[in-house]
Amino acid sequence: MEHEYAIQVRGLRKDYGRVEALRGVDLDVRRGTLLALLGPNGSGKTTVVKTLSTLTRPSRGSVVVNGYDVTRRRNGVRSSIGMVSQFVALDWLHSGRENLVLLGRLQKLSKTNATRRAAQLLERFELTEAADRPVKTYSGGMKRRLDLAASLIVTPPVLLLDEPTTGLDPRSRAVLWEVIRQLLGEGITILLTTQYLEEADRLADQIAVLNDGRIIARGTADQLKQGVGRERVAVVLRGPEDFRRAGDLLVGPGLTRDPETRTISLAIDGPSRVKHLLDLLAEHGLAIDSLSLTKPTLDDVFFALTQRASDPPDADSMPARREPNDELGALR
Amino acid sequence: MTSQTQTGEGVALPDTRTKLYWAINDNLVLIGRHLGHLTRSPDQLFTALMLPATLLLLFRFMFGGAIDVGNTTYVNYLVPGILVIGVTMVAVSTSAAVQSDMQEGVVDRYRTIAMADSAVIIGHVVAAVVRAAISLVAMVGLGIAVGFRPAGSALDWVLTAGTLLLFAFSLAWVAAVLGLVARSADGASGLGLILMFSPYASSAFVQPETLPDGLRGFVEHQPVTLVVDTVRALLLGLPVGNTGWYAVLWWVAILGVAAPVATRLYHRRYA
Repeated sequence: MEHEYAIQVRGLRKDYGRVEALRGVDLDVRRGTLLALLGPNGSGKTTVVKTLSTLTRPSRGSVVVNGYDVTRRRNGVRSSIGMVSQFVALDWLHSGRENLVLLGRLQKLSKTNATRRAAQLLERFELTEAADRPVKTYSGGMKRRLDLAASLIVTPPVLLLDEPTTGLDPRSRAVLWEVIRQLLGEGITILLTTQYLEEADRLADQIAVLNDGRIIARGTADQLKQGVGRERVAVVLRGPEDFRRAGDLLVGPGLTRDPETRTISLAIDGPSRVKHLLDLLAEHGLAIDSLSLTKPTLDDVFFALTQRASDPPDADSMPARREPNDELGALR
Repeated sequence: MTSQTQTGEGVALPDTRTKLYWAINDNLVLIGRHLGHLTRSPDQLFTALMLPATLLLLFRFMFGGAIDVGNTTYVNYLVPGILVIGVTMVAVSTSAAVQSDMQEGVVDRYRTIAMADSAVIIGHVVAAVVRAAISLVAMVGLGIAVGFRPAGSALDWVLTAGTLLLFAFSLAWVAAVLGLVARSADGASGLGLILMFSPYASSAFVQPETLPDGLRGFVEHQPVTLVVDTVRALLLGLPVGNTGWYAVLWWVAILGVAAPVATRLYHRRYA
């Protein structure tokens, strides 16, 4: 029996003692699509993945993976999923090949098939050369690739990836993204958690934003970025007087001023608007030291989302100047 | 069935074999994993052999002359105690290995595939018994090299091996419990001290009769002493009496508690 949704979560709550990790999460992931669960550290992303993978039981709510309920049909769930957790889950003393063969044999492959499958995966993930070295000698990117390979030994209908690219260098990250896209192309349903909007943006069909154990927004990357602006421009004024005057002059969505660095940043619709900004500054005789265009970050999205939320944080606790890190701190 | 999607490559064997077949398969695979560590990380076994070997040489040559054990030579008295210490050292490394498996996420991987859960701990326990057997052979060899002259019959040797392997098996389950309870590597090594010191307060090095009353009462009756005394009597060809039965009863009872507790802890830990 095929279900339209590979993952369905309803009213999921999880308490660890008195700490509420999840406070009512609903998720639907359509078959063959990728949902990115986006959120800062401590928002509950890992708890969601652990629940989906039967590593932890829900306190309340229903969680169905590939048609199997995670509390009643654990083995059904386990044979439907591949899972890559944040920490590399491999035997570091054994070689990459041995790890894959061992996991294949635990998943009911014959010795011959397990060996053949291991060789295929090592090849696919460009690990053939290192295949017979102990995993402890692998680089971070290689370990992640092997970890992903390990979750694909028996091709699972559903793949759960918990921050698969955290701590990777940009190149390894790009390699992993490519692999994830390929898997998606093969019809696998993927739930991926991430702290990076860019990652969600590149890979996800749908994004759900998790904050403090609740989904605070969902939609496509474009939908989420509305209100934050597609792009942001930051200008550094030459002197404090110019900075003050520019601050009076400029208005716009999500405008921020940082007197320390004499930087003013605001959302714009597209690069063409930069000219208007420069013209405006020139008209008023304001000199700038530098100008940069940036993509909206997760911080920007969070700021916008939590400002719009029905119960916004106490206004006094919001920093007047938006330093990304402070801001996330204040939101938690 | 949608449980095994088959896309040509990762094709699992049809699920027609019995549950028992797969449980045995999973156990063998994981036992193989731990035995693989013997050659890949020989320092683990080396560490477990160093302490009993050092103690054997130290007591044999430094303190032995000062310790009177009556009818036999001190080295004959000592070796059975060293064998038991060898087994407890192996158990210490087992609790560390269980702890690090739990900590490092390998177990999370096992728990997200449909396999026999029991294999995870049993793999550790069986590998521990194999390591203990290696340690026992090595210590008997070293003992003989420094003057140990056993007098037991072939049957005595078989009974000795049986007693020590039962001891190793039960103690491995206790070690698994400690490894599951420990929240960190430091915690595991702290708890491991309990195992490590259990033979020191036994009849391994000195005759309990020489001890002060309170300590003597404990030392004479604690289960490690029973093992040491049984092995010593068997290897030196002395009458074993009821000590052998008590030793077996004790360690079967400890096994009867530790094995279900370890299994339950393993399941609980992730609930």
